[in-house]
Amino acid sequence: MPASPEALGASAQTRTENEVLQVALGGSWALTTPTPRWGAVVGTARPAGVSLRADALGHWDTSLVVFVGEARRWCRDANVACDTALLPEKLGLLAGQFEASMRTDLKSDRSHSVLTYVGLATADAMAQARGFLQFVGECWIATSRLVAGRAGFRWFDCIGEMQKCGAMALPIVSLISFLVGVTLAYSGAIVLRRFGGDIWVADLIGVAMTREMGAMMAGIVLAGRTGAAYAAEIGSMKANEEIDALTVLGISPVRFLVLPRVLALGLMMPLLAMYANCLGILGGMAIAFMTLDIPPAAYWVEMLTIVDFSDIAVGVIKAVVFGLIVGFSGCLRGLQAENNAAGVGNAATSAVVTSILFIIVADAIFAVVFNVIGL
Amino acid sequence: MSAQETPAIEVSGLACAYQDRRVLEGVSFSVRKAEIFFIIGGTGVGKTTLLRNMVGLATPVAGEVRFNGVSFTSADTAARRAMLKTFGLSFQGGALWTSLTLSQNIALPLEEYTRLPGDEIARIAAFRLSQVGLAGFEEYYPSEISGGMRKRAGLARALALDPDIVFFDEPSAGLDPVTARNLDRLIVQIRDTFGTTIVIVSHDVDSIVGIADRLIMLDVETRGIVAEGSPAALAAGAADTKVVEFLTRRTIRSG
Repeated sequence: MPASPEALGASAQTRTENEVLQVALGGSWALTTPTPRWGAVVGTARPAGVSLRADALGHWDTSLVVFVGEARRWCRDANVACDTALLPEKLGLLAGQFEASMRTDLKSDRSHSVLTYVGLATADAMAQARGFLQFVGECWIATSRLVAGRAGFRWFDCIGEMQKCGAMALPIVSLISFLVGVTLAYSGAIVLRRFGGDIWVADLIGVAMTREMGAMMAGIVLAGRTGAAYAAEIGSMKANEEIDALTVLGISPVRFLVLPRVLALGLMMPLLAMYANCLGILGGMAIAFMTLDIPPAAYWVEMLTIVDFSDIAVGVIKAVVFGLIVGFSGCLRGLQAENNAAGVGNAATSAVVTSILFIIVADAIFAVVFNVIGL
Repeated sequence: MSAQETPAIEVSGLACAYQDRRVLEGVSFSVRKAEIFFIIGGTGVGKTTLLRNMVGLATPVAGEVRFNGVSFTSADTAARRAMLKTFGLSFQGGALWTSLTLSQNIALPLEEYTRLPGDEIARIAAFRLSQVGLAGFEEYYPSEISGGMRKRAGLARALALDPDIVFFDEPSAGLDPVTARNLDRLIVQIRDTFGTTIVIVSHDVDSIVGIADRLIMLDVETRGIVAEGSPAALAAGAADTKVVEFLTRRTIRSG
């Protein structure tokens, strides 16, 4: 008894008769098992005609449709007759559809020339710049309406955000600024010990923390922690059409989503920076006591000879600006996010990069300005 | 084919929960091979939950699902993977992978489960897209096409491997009537050509009356099946007036 066609693998037996290539298709054809390819079956033969027929054909699926479709296309290209009348009717129908799908003129070629890419990139950069300006403008309008008392402010949201970006960031800010104080003390001591001026470590850390590192470290922590979260949150709201839902209700997304977040950061950042100053000074004090044998009281008194209110003010002003930068970058990147899962990820990355970049740039500008005005 | 052969799908005593809430209890039915089978019912009765429990996206609280006589519920990981290869699932919103083009979306299952060369996979993907009326959109990303198109692309992906059983979650919701009828025709064509078993969750009465061989109706009060049979027989005289109301789209006044 012969084996049933279901049990046999797919086969395509060929023989040539009167210059016509006779192909007998048999066995069971499935996409997930190896099946004959038309190219291999026909090889280099140049028959005057092709005749396909089913011979003990078992179960078949799209793999056979592809085979027959390829055969028909090959025949058309080689200009030989292709006889598929002896195949199951449905198979012939699907093979025709498959052939048509290969032939379609609609097929889009979406590749561009280099010039087109340059043009597109330029247009994209222009659109980005315009989007940025528009965002700044909207924020300005929303803020002025708020200040003039003509628009409601979502204090409840703002306080929630303050809790998230301020209070909940305390542990990480503590750790990082304490360790910054420690490393500054060690590296300062290397130089100052040469001059016999170990005690000046207190001055170094006092000035460095209050003027620079407190605000900078708090800014960088918040860029990674809060800025990325804002971008991801607003980005997924955008993908979910929540921003559109606000817009059609006539509610400005800037007023509703951006202002509470930016204000929360603008208020929390100076507090976090001052907290970071304290922890940094504490870290320096610990190292000065343990390795340089400077008593904490001496350290404190020495520090107060150089650090005054203006140094603290410099740090606080910077912190406010850094906070606004982190908030604006996060919200802007979130609102600019593409409407898909990858877009949300890109927005978060971009928010962190933008925040840190602008923090460093702003810090440099502050250094120059404060130097000029002698603060 | 004899009526006595093993059913393609057998669900016995299935109880499903949605989060912590039990939505279905003691659901039993079977789907014959090459049958177009509808699961119908109002919104919130657990149609999608039932579907998710059948394909293993959720774990049933109790009961068993068998495919071609083999238990899916108690199968080990390897056996499950082998069974999953024979399913296609078309999600409500399409659930396309947004970082891949339509062509790549359909190519992924083919790359994963077949050893076909890349150009052939691309041609099969183009063929699938043309079957659902999306010829020429191979290189588009899901975010660049409309919701209805995404849905059809999702269907094309579900069909990629010529599955034995295709599950559809609300295939026609959000589609215009003409597209929805074309989709129905495609479903019938697939069944007639490949002998595919089709399970559809839907409340599109035109589809149900047009192409269903049999259906079950779920009900929120009994948390189970209230009617089972062919749409014509049920519309003519189901014991439960709700079923007749649903299928004839008319309210029946009692008393």
